[in-house]
Amino acid sequence: MKNIYADHAATTPIDSKAAKVMMEVMQESFGNPSSIHSYGRKARQELDKARDQLAQTVGASPDEIVLTSGGTEADNIAIIGYAQANKDRGNHIITTKIEHHAVLHTCEKLEKYGFEITYLPVDNEGFVQLDKLNEAITDRTILITIMHGNNEVGTLQPISQIAELASTCNIAFHSDAVQSYGLADIDINDIPLTMMTVSSHKINGPKGAGFLYVKKGTKLTPFLTGGEQEKKRRAGTENLAAAAGFAKAAEIAMQERQKRFDTYKTLSDQFLKALQAEKIPFEMNGPDKGKLPHITNIYFPNIQLESFLVQLDLAGVAASSGSACTAGSVEPSHVLSAMFDDKNRASSSVRFSFGKGNTADDMEYIAAEIRKILDRIKSI
Amino acid sequence: MSNSQKKPEDTRVIVGMSGGVDSSVTAALLKDEGYEVIGIFMKNWDDTDENGVCTATEDYDDVIKVCNQLEIPYYAVNFEQKYWDHVFTYFLDEYKAGRTPNPDVMCNKEIKFKAFLDHAMSLGADYLATGHYARVQREENGTVSMLRGIDNNKDQTYFLNQLNQDQLQKVMFPLGHLTKKEVRAIAEEKGLATAGKKDSTGICFIGERNFKDFLKSYLPAQPGSMVTPDGEEKGTHEGLMYYTLGQRQGLGIGGSGEPWFVIDKNLEDNTLIVGQGFHHPGLYSEGLYASDMNWINGKERNEPFSCTAKFRYRQSDQEVVVYPSEKGTRKIMFKTSQRAITPGQSVVLYDGDICLGGGTIEQAIKIREGVGA
Repeated sequence: MKNIYADHAATTPIDSKAAKVMMEVMQESFGNPSSIHSYGRKARQELDKARDQLAQTVGASPDEIVLTSGGTEADNIAIIGYAQANKDRGNHIITTKIEHHAVLHTCEKLEKYGFEITYLPVDNEGFVQLDKLNEAITDRTILITIMHGNNEVGTLQPISQIAELASTCNIAFHSDAVQSYGLADIDINDIPLTMMTVSSHKINGPKGAGFLYVKKGTKLTPFLTGGEQEKKRRAGTENLAAAAGFAKAAEIAMQERQKRFDTYKTLSDQFLKALQAEKIPFEMNGPDKGKLPHITNIYFPNIQLESFLVQLDLAGVAASSGSACTAGSVEPSHVLSAMFDDKNRASSSVRFSFGKGNTADDMEYIAAEIRKILDRIKSI
Repeated sequence: MSNSQKKPEDTRVIVGMSGGVDSSVTAALLKDEGYEVIGIFMKNWDDTDENGVCTATEDYDDVIKVCNQLEIPYYAVNFEQKYWDHVFTYFLDEYKAGRTPNPDVMCNKEIKFKAFLDHAMSLGADYLATGHYARVQREENGTVSMLRGIDNNKDQTYFLNQLNQDQLQKVMFPLGHLTKKEVRAIAEEKGLATAGKKDSTGICFIGERNFKDFLKSYLPAQPGSMVTPDGEEKGTHEGLMYYTLGQRQGLGIGGSGEPWFVIDKNLEDNTLIVGQGFHHPGLYSEGLYASDMNWINGKERNEPFSCTAKFRYRQSDQEVVVYPSEKGTRKIMFKTSQRAITPGQSVVLYDGDICLGGGTIEQAIKIREGVGA
């Protein structure tokens, strides 16, 4: 039996170079970056280096980078922090129905504190319509938060145009770019974003690290208060080793960006071809163009999802349904529910997400295992 | 059977794991024997409270701990909808009909050994194992017998009386040869995370909650009067569904003499019939009518025969004679008269250690009516 990891949208294995940097920093620069002595200075130097590297990857200046514990925290700081600091200007926030739960549940929380949230619909390829966004804007709108690449189907939203529109209306625009960072070209000098969320462990960096890009002059109420780290936007002694590992992983991701993009696109195409060769009935969820190449979300008509994913796992293939699944509670994917008026489709779709280490052989192996599973279901 | 010829290492056994000590030990024993063991947690009921706490999540956490100790894969499966449709709806319907349902029997029949068994088979399992205290014995002629667990105090064949050959062919009950004490000792010896966990009590979806409050939230209560068999008014009842035959508590009838007991329910005029004394003759029957008869070996018995029977869980065996009656029902006559025979509960038949099958109690044959039957 082979073991194939095809769930890179959930998390990725750490790059050995990033792990090496972390070990070095942990052992050799253990000081507190806020301390005045030589140990502190050494740690501060490492921290600044990591921050500089990360800032460069998106064309930002280092003081626009708030290091966080990951994507979820960055989304929370962006949305709640901005809403609180700017509530005198309005109480309306626009988002979409297909955001990550770190955004959706955060918006829902704000509704309890008197904010009004518009959840924009998407079309059946997962795209937000700009005219719908335009219509939703009111004079009370203070923030638009729309993700870049969707984590379940890979659809890339037109964030340049959204950013332009937001900028014209003098509304802040935050984008969760956790899935697209490292694959799509994101330069904040070309795209007038106000805030952007990035996570380390989706790009072969360590878990527990991420950053929020915050454009100079943006008012945010901090979540964590205490010391003066991160220019008072996020108190707490910095997770230096994670920041250094994250920076290393980001540096490699940027060097390999185009190559990775092309490789994953090829793998996805090979996967679809392999499914066809096995005569497996399927439909793709998400667009052909304008999507992240590493995410392939497939609708298999009539499968029983819980059983299907378990059988894949028992065959050594790690994939996921994209929907939350704890203690046997399977909610149909909110993303697919927003895209299709078909409950069955939302609960019979599987997300395969590819990454470094996947090969063309893997694609054929996965397709062959799916064929076996379908045959077994038929025979019972 | 081809399954039994397979070596353990080539045999995939799925263990239904609840997060309790019994199913934990079941998985551990099978793993020791060399089987390819997979643990699956079944979620049938959502009891998430206002704080977001759900007992299923806590139980699943225990399943995870044990499976990681045993180094076996684990998964969860959700049967909430099926459980609602097949078990809970039945449960409410029976109460509406003034009877006392047995959801555990129905859960075994429709969920654990049907929906869950199918799920296990779809995952390529050769067998489904559970932590029930019962034994399966594979006979030379290919049939499978179900025997009592050797721990008489824990034997669960009463709840398994509706299983058939198709199901039993695919089932393993590794705890049937052990006592509860031995199971606990194995759990402790192996240091399983669930070793010290106390046994769950009551009906799974009600848990520790107040039964009356639970039922009230699903069925409207219709208070009525309490009367003696002679028609004397003794007060009011809160709704027939809250009372079980033979029950003493909660009647609130004062006065002198022996305590009062529920001896019958009259659905037509919504009255609860009560009588004085634990041994009130109105509580006693000399037989019963049973429906939904299941014969575990697959062979319906249409001739009268003698055997032993249980009318409730953990009761000692009673000698009976089983007679065929109309349309597949059976008339079961007792050697000794029985107290508080309760419609809706199971009657389960035994020949020595072998569980023959069982049915649902439809009606008690009260001693007075039964004369000459």
